[in-house]
Amino acid sequence: MLEIKNLHASVNGNEILKGIDLKVNVGEVHAIMGPNGSGKSTLAQVLAGRDTFAVTQGEVVYEGKNLLEMDPEERAREGVFLAFQYPVEIPGVSNTYFLKAALNAIRKHKGLEELDAVEFLQLVKQRMKLVEFDESLFNRPVNEGFSGGEKKRNEIFHMAVLEPKLAILDETDSGLDIDALRIVADGVNRLRRKDNAIIVVTHYQRLLNYIVPDVVHVLIDGRIAKSGGKELAFELEEKGYDWVKDEVEKSAVHV
Amino acid sequence: MSTETNTIEQLANREYKWGFVTDIESETAPKGLSEDIIRFISAKKHEPEWLLEWRLKAYRHWLTMDEPRWPNVHYSPIDYQDMIYFSAPKQKKSLTSLDEVDPELLRTYEKLGISLREQERLSGIAVDAVFDSVSVATTFKEKLHEVGIIFCSFSDAVQNHPDLVRKYLGSVVPPNDNFFAALNSAVFSDGSFCYIPKGVRCPMELSTYFRINTADTGQFERTLIIAEEKSYVSYLEGCTAPMRDNNQLHAAVVELIAVGDDAQIKYSTVQNWYPGDKEGKGGIYNFVTKRGKCVGKGSKISWTQVETGSAITWKYPSVILQGDNSVGEFYSVAVVNNYQQADTGTKMMHLGKDTKSTIVSKGISAGHGNNSYRGLVAIKKGATNSRNFSQCDSLLLGDKCGAHTFPYIEVKNTSSKVEHEASTSKIGEDQIFYCKQRGLSTEDAVNLIVNGFCKEVFRELPMEFAVEAQKLLGVSLEGSVG
Repeated sequence: MLEIKNLHASVNGNEILKGIDLKVNVGEVHAIMGPNGSGKSTLAQVLAGRDTFAVTQGEVVYEGKNLLEMDPEERAREGVFLAFQYPVEIPGVSNTYFLKAALNAIRKHKGLEELDAVEFLQLVKQRMKLVEFDESLFNRPVNEGFSGGEKKRNEIFHMAVLEPKLAILDETDSGLDIDALRIVADGVNRLRRKDNAIIVVTHYQRLLNYIVPDVVHVLIDGRIAKSGGKELAFELEEKGYDWVKDEVEKSAVHV
Repeated sequence: MSTETNTIEQLANREYKWGFVTDIESETAPKGLSEDIIRFISAKKHEPEWLLEWRLKAYRHWLTMDEPRWPNVHYSPIDYQDMIYFSAPKQKKSLTSLDEVDPELLRTYEKLGISLREQERLSGIAVDAVFDSVSVATTFKEKLHEVGIIFCSFSDAVQNHPDLVRKYLGSVVPPNDNFFAALNSAVFSDGSFCYIPKGVRCPMELSTYFRINTADTGQFERTLIIAEEKSYVSYLEGCTAPMRDNNQLHAAVVELIAVGDDAQIKYSTVQNWYPGDKEGKGGIYNFVTKRGKCVGKGSKISWTQVETGSAITWKYPSVILQGDNSVGEFYSVAVVNNYQQADTGTKMMHLGKDTKSTIVSKGISAGHGNNSYRGLVAIKKGATNSRNFSQCDSLLLGDKCGAHTFPYIEVKNTSSKVEHEASTSKIGEDQIFYCKQRGLSTEDAVNLIVNGFCKEVFRELPMEFAVEAQKLLGVSLEGSVG
């Protein structure tokens, strides 16, 4: 589904991603972990098409197409979804109206009929239940006056309605208390399917107790330093990131 | 950076869709302004002697006045002798039904999206259409007549209801009020007149469409709305003009009078005059005086305006709160793009006790546009326990435009309360990216964000016009964000 080859990206001339290689198959959940400043969020944003970051080298193939050539809205319509680390407020625009416009833009791109208000509400009611989303937040302006937890839950709700093929969750667990974390994780698990893939970007292992990944990658200084199964996450939780750093340095010396 | 700036540049490249000229024979006065021209206009309209005198008095006063220089707008001097003050589509006889209106003219209105027939049949909105200076056809007159409402062209009102016109004309905006009001009083050619009798709630939205067609014409229409005790009326005006290289002057006067207790007038404007081209050439100078007077106790006047057109806008729809417990409201969206300039706002004059006013102003600036809010809240000594709430928000698209706020507050007693809130924000790149990441195009994203910003004003518009206003906003900012 997604293949990243030797991806380099920089902001204001500072290189942040220094050659990422990553392959995500359909039906898989990948976790990307790493210390602060390692480039996790940059990777998420580059995949979504944020132009603050300049891609200087490498390629990204998504469903056989060159992802880097596509505009952000094209990527979204092709099924790439980013759950933002800091969801943006849009005053005066109701969540309902916003989501309906988004869903219909995607449906139009796929050659499907646009949903009318009644059909849309039916769909939304069902998805709201699926991810335990509070109905009162549905008619309020997008993220305006939402608590940190409510914003994150709104992202997962958007994901439930838009049904992306590739969802990237950027530190969705940060700022959540344990109950909210469970609700968000349950929602994500219910959206996990054989025909989609999810990339979970996180600093802590605790989210991975709820969303169990197929593969865990450790990102250090703009490169994937180590990949492994879900047990790698526990190892990181126990030992911290330093031992991976040491390992990387040692191997660098040997080479 | 790029996304945002590109976006704005492209948004600035929109085109004016209403810039067609209608090929109609019109009867036009020679260029220039003099007492003879005023006599010509008055004679053309078979006006009574008192009205001619009233015009001439206004003209003589105008000669002593200077054009206001305090607005935060810039333009070359206007040559008042190089303008046509009267132009009317030529008609053979007076009209009794729509079928007799020149089909060419009806097609123009269809292009504008206000087919009179459609309006008549479908929406149940009564339309009075003013083409250049003369009111062409008033629909629904009969139906309104049944409940005692008078809705007709100003000229008809002068002929058929001279006492009402004489009593109220100039009672809110005196002929010597300001330079442009004095000019209007001298040369006004037509407009709309509306009278709602006691206890009547107008069963439909009343609407006027103005259009400037002839080259070098000024449009000077006059609207007078009178609401008696416990009556209610909602009124909407819309305006367009063809594209021309030179500037055309529009100096209208609107007077609203809520005469009786608990009378209510709601006046909504969607203004889309030609704004000039991308370099700032041409466009309408929209120098308009609009004022309402709440005479009755508990009466209410509410102005809602969506201003997207005109090269220069100079207008301050105001309310004089004379009756105790009366209410004044002003809701405004003003958009400037390319080289458009707007200096607009309101005046709330609190005279009566326990009077209340609300001001919500949303200014949007794009391209090289310059947008100023100017407002006065005056609470006089006798206006005890009065309240005002003002909110002025500005939204900037790009880095070449400007937003300014000039609030004036005068409070002469200690029991009143005045609140003023203001904010200025730039449309955020992160907001646009968020929308795009959900699948929306940049253009849709900007529309969505701007519409959200204007929501408090749009919800004051009658339903059908709220939709129209949203579309218009989209067109106005088309291409300014890519």
